[in-house]
Amino acid sequence: MGDTMFGDLASTRDGLRDVGYLADDGIASVVYLAEKLGKPVLVEGPAGTGKTELAKAVAGMTDARLIRLQCYEGLDEAKALYEWNYKKQLLRIQADRGSDANNEEWVDIQDDIFNDEFLLTRPLLEAITAEEKVVLLIDEVDRVEVETEALLLEILSEYQVSIPELGTIEATQIPLVFLTSNNTRELSEALKRRCLFLHIDYPQLEREKEIVLRKVEGISDNLAEQIARIVRSIRQIELKKSPSVSETLDWARTLVLLGVESIDVELAKESLHILLKYQSDIEKTAKELTVEA
Amino acid sequence: MLDLLSGFVVQLRNAGLPVSLTENLDAMEAVKHIPVEDREAFKYALAATLVKNEQHWKAFETVFEVYFSLRGPEYNVFDEDGEIDEDSLEEWMSQQMQGMGGQGSAEDMSPEEIAEMLFRALMNADEAMMAAMARAAVTQFAGMEPGRPVGGTYYLYRTLRNLDLDGMLDRLMEEAQERSQDDMTPLQERLEREEYENRIEDLKREIEAEIRRRLVADRGVEAMAKTLRKPLPEDVDFMHASREEMVSIRKAIQPLTRKLAARLARKRKHKRRGPLDFRATVRQSLSYGGVPAEPRFRNPRPNKPELVVVADISGSVAAFARFTLHLVYALQNQFSKVRSFVFIDGIDEVTHLFQNEEDITNAVHRVNTEADVVWVDGHSDYGHAFGVFWEKYGSEINSKSTVMFLGDARNNYHSTNAWVVKETAKKARSVFWLNPEPKSYWDTGDSVITEYATHADGVFECRNLRQLEGFVDHLA
Repeated sequence: MGDTMFGDLASTRDGLRDVGYLADDGIASVVYLAEKLGKPVLVEGPAGTGKTELAKAVAGMTDARLIRLQCYEGLDEAKALYEWNYKKQLLRIQADRGSDANNEEWVDIQDDIFNDEFLLTRPLLEAITAEEKVVLLIDEVDRVEVETEALLLEILSEYQVSIPELGTIEATQIPLVFLTSNNTRELSEALKRRCLFLHIDYPQLEREKEIVLRKVEGISDNLAEQIARIVRSIRQIELKKSPSVSETLDWARTLVLLGVESIDVELAKESLHILLKYQSDIEKTAKELTVEA
Repeated sequence: MLDLLSGFVVQLRNAGLPVSLTENLDAMEAVKHIPVEDREAFKYALAATLVKNEQHWKAFETVFEVYFSLRGPEYNVFDEDGEIDEDSLEEWMSQQMQGMGGQGSAEDMSPEEIAEMLFRALMNADEAMMAAMARAAVTQFAGMEPGRPVGGTYYLYRTLRNLDLDGMLDRLMEEAQERSQDDMTPLQERLEREEYENRIEDLKREIEAEIRRRLVADRGVEAMAKTLRKPLPEDVDFMHASREEMVSIRKAIQPLTRKLAARLARKRKHKRRGPLDFRATVRQSLSYGGVPAEPRFRNPRPNKPELVVVADISGSVAAFARFTLHLVYALQNQFSKVRSFVFIDGIDEVTHLFQNEEDITNAVHRVNTEADVVWVDGHSDYGHAFGVFWEKYGSEINSKSTVMFLGDARNNYHSTNAWVVKETAKKARSVFWLNPEPKSYWDTGDSVITEYATHADGVFECRNLRQLEGFVDHLA
């Protein structure tokens, strides 16, 4: 990965903008540093603020292949790193028996069945053995157990995978790694230490407006401004789940489809269910919006 | 540059942030790639490498602003090698001092002029103007004198009082009303108001930063970092939290409950194995050619305790009781049943307040207003409250219940009725006492904690969120 990819800070931000991701100062600096230092980025923040989107945008910007590992409870080595293809190995042994099996030493067979041909690569191994440029996205890393986290440590700090039968496989090129977390549990210190940390919060008014303008076709500047303001206002109310950026976008699209030019209270209240997902939140917000400030 | 950074890391550690050696090295590596004159990028680079918890961000920012307040391109104190140029620093400081004496550029502006300029800056969201006005306002109103040993909040208060920002907000709203052709709908009005409130918040931050810069110039980095040091939200003492800190605790409690719930659920799942799951074992054996190499087990039936919370909600410990109730009810589904009682000198059951209420904050609020907890004079009387508790509800405690008593056990020298705790402990699965006072205060004055504690299975000091979290984790 040459310096051509990320010239400097400004070009990183422009590059992200070109692929449709509006990064603020913090996001751009961290992405830029990640590439310069060759370190993974741990992205944290509320749901729906564009954490996964960031990895996709970086992949798009650098023309890299995106390899995604979705984490879940019970994820293990066989699903994340590699697995031996038992069935194929069995077939190989049986095929040997069929022919002049007795001549062949067990050692040969063993060497034979534990090589690349019988190895099923899973996302992590695939990411470091890939020839082309790769962005590795480890999504919702907080969903795996603390013990499983340890699986990631080797690959995150050394960019290598140790397979007992084959030895250590080192990365051909250092992939850009993004880990996302919804912060449902504290990640281990060991993991955090190896990563750059980036917290993506709900965007500022101007940035949200810009995102709406960019992502929603046929929306007027005026309407986008109103949407961003109302959403900001709603986020200040104490709710179970504040509206995320993706919900803002859904709302904006709906309003455009309805042919709305400006939002009044009635309309806002009727379409609140797009922004908010809990009945109690909807009721609370509807009440707040009607009460004169 | 190296010294500068290690000094900064020391300040961060003093503020309570855990910064490891590797992170320190990363930070040094990172800033090499960042142009020094880009202050924002510099800050983010440090944050990305040094701060790994979002809740620590505020503490980081404060330290950063103090530590690097005099070291930025706008002050020209970096010379070629990135070393601090002592001379120019001194020069700048003396300029600042003069500014404090009222000889700055803003000297000939009257308060009315400042107010007028500020009004226009806020109206048009003119940031440069706002910053300039913040400087002028501090010079005019704060009355800062070098070496005077008062905190920044004092100056801030003086400045803000003179600016009368509430009045300013009303004026802004009137102006906005006039500018719009038709009458504004309530919604529009609300949005406009929020916009101006936001700008005023920005202005306040700007003023605060200005005061901080001048204080640092006066007293030096070390001293300022010390006075501005604030405990992290999880370390704030419940009993002495300011209003602002209360808000930060309330904010921190939400993610905390989510984390705890996830952790408890997980723990329960992995703690014990259930009986053999025959079906799953056979299914698994297929990948080993029919040999049951890996037995599978059913998940065990969750063993959920029934929780009984008995909380003192008299003034001194009210905040602690509120947070504990909040936490316990947020974790409701980790327990088979939660019952709660609150007392001062009388006792009342408040379980029903939580039952049909989706919003826990609301329910906790109702506990404070609706519960009937005053018997004679509204001063804590543990003895009487416990006596009534035993008489009315004692029979409902069984071997499944875990009982939590919350309070500082400051009994105003009434009789203790410690036998209630003893009897409860006999019937219940376990009895815990949580005390929000520091351990060294226990049994001083009218505190009778030991009398109760001898009968309980455990007594815990719960002064802050971190300790409370530790206890709840232990409980389930």
